[in-house]
Amino acid sequence: MDWSALTLSLQLGIWTILLLLPIAVIAARVLAYHRFPGRGLVEAALLLPLVLPPTVIGYYLLTAFGGASPVGVLWERAFGTPLVFSFSGLVAASVLINLPFAVQPMQRGFEAIPRDVLDAAACCGMSRWRIFTTIEAPLAWPGIVTGLVLSFAHTLGEFGVVLMVGGSIPGQTRTISIAIYDRVQAFDERAAGLMAATLLCLAVAALGLTYALSRRLDRKHG
Amino acid sequence: MDSGLSVHLRSAAPIPLAADFACASGEVIGLVGPSGSGKSTILRCIAGLRRPSEGKVVAAGQVWLDTASGIDERPQARAAGMVFQNYALFPHMTALANVAAAVPEGDRLARARALLELVHLAGLEDRRPAQLSGGQQQRVAIARALARDPKVLLLDEPFAAVDQVTRRKLQRELVLLRRSVSMPIVLVTHDLEEAAMLSDRMCILHRGQTLQVAPPAELMTRPATPLVARLIDLRNVFDGRIEAHDAAAQTSLLRWRDRLLEAAYAPHFAAGERVSWVIPPGAVVLHRRDRPSRGERENPVSGVVGEFVALGDTANLSMQLDGSEDLIIAFSVPLHVARRNGVDKGEAITVSLLKEGIHCMPAEAN
Repeated sequence: MDWSALTLSLQLGIWTILLLLPIAVIAARVLAYHRFPGRGLVEAALLLPLVLPPTVIGYYLLTAFGGASPVGVLWERAFGTPLVFSFSGLVAASVLINLPFAVQPMQRGFEAIPRDVLDAAACCGMSRWRIFTTIEAPLAWPGIVTGLVLSFAHTLGEFGVVLMVGGSIPGQTRTISIAIYDRVQAFDERAAGLMAATLLCLAVAALGLTYALSRRLDRKHG
Repeated sequence: MDSGLSVHLRSAAPIPLAADFACASGEVIGLVGPSGSGKSTILRCIAGLRRPSEGKVVAAGQVWLDTASGIDERPQARAAGMVFQNYALFPHMTALANVAAAVPEGDRLARARALLELVHLAGLEDRRPAQLSGGQQQRVAIARALARDPKVLLLDEPFAAVDQVTRRKLQRELVLLRRSVSMPIVLVTHDLEEAAMLSDRMCILHRGQTLQVAPPAELMTRPATPLVARLIDLRNVFDGRIEAHDAAAQTSLLRWRDRLLEAAYAPHFAAGERVSWVIPPGAVVLHRRDRPSRGERENPVSGVVGEFVALGDTANLSMQLDGSEDLIIAFSVPLHVARRNGVDKGEAITVSLLKEGIHCMPAEAN
């Protein structure tokens, strides 16, 4: 069992959902409440990570984050280290590829709030922030949590993109799914089996939680 | 400064609007019209939830909207208490929290409790909307609307989502509530009877346009146009021509087909002018067969009973004239009167069209 890989995966998952939370909530609210030109394009672009092969996404992210790209140059100038083959690069890639997993359930959560309820809140004199914290968030929270749980579970299991963008540097970018691959290559069936079982349990727990929450969302807004 | 509400709205799309009305403080104005006539849109424009292309809304001396000078206050800045059609209560909050959410400052819970007491919901503070009946939800919505100390109370079909018995009860409560609040109240309803019962004045809407604003009794007897007459379900609308005026007798003579009728004095129409005219069912008096009664000489008209529908204690009749099925006068009499006079389908009867009930309107453009 590669404990450092498991710890790294858990850290990656936590950073990913911490950064995704505000980004995905903002994106989900915009898509749930507003109609604007190009909305369909934005929604389609958000779904791209679901249909593109991970190696393709990984390739483009590697190019986009690399030392020759504006993002890579800016990052290196600011922090002194390259973005690719680093933990930070993994987090950035992970946030991007998890957008569909986070935004979709959150968008569904916000869409389920009746328009009149939000209008009524405005007519009660509540500020936008207060409407968000006291009306929207409590009503949409199953969707928000579902998005975060799915993203977390998906981050633990991501292989292709992580390998392309981060390589397999022990303690820095070698996540548990890469460690499993390594162990299988080295014929260490026991360690591979143990780590695979750990991931399986985490995934089942995440899906169970997600289903429980979405049932709750359906009941609430029936 | 005036503490009432004045509303002027213009919009071409998506829903055409040409609405103008005012509502004094303490007055209830009923916005009435068929579905799609823009009633709810007007309420939303007053509350600031929708923006018309042009308009001015002034409440209690404060300008909430004035497109000419670029003023458009957000709903939060307009002290409008609004009761939504399905109440739009916050489903995750208790009744008390729903009301407290709208109390602007001070001891929110104490004020919310007092308001729930005002709407007879003391003891149910901790229930969530799903645990309350439709009528109770409506009361929470009213308490919440009052919590802001609104300058205007806006009620969007507040009785549409409850059963008949609860509706009557809530309507009575609204009448009582009016006495304890002093702001203008705008009531949107598609129910004419409800509007006539609860409003001081009714505002008839058609395709976003205010056609007439008048007290219910005046509206029901003196609609401004044939369209208004039809919208308020007055069926006896006919075409005619003014023959002459008699100022001394306060009478206008109206030519209706081959008859000459005495009508309520309408000097603003020139002699010879084509007009539409209406008579409310209450001004059609059935002649008794056994002995003459009051007003028999007043515009007597004879015909044949075409339709006889007994609804409860009332007989709704239509009288066919000149042997035509299209030319009918509708009216109603107590069922026992109809029975005593032997009125039934196919029977010949005579009625008087009371002069004061005959109201002339500008002719309908064909």
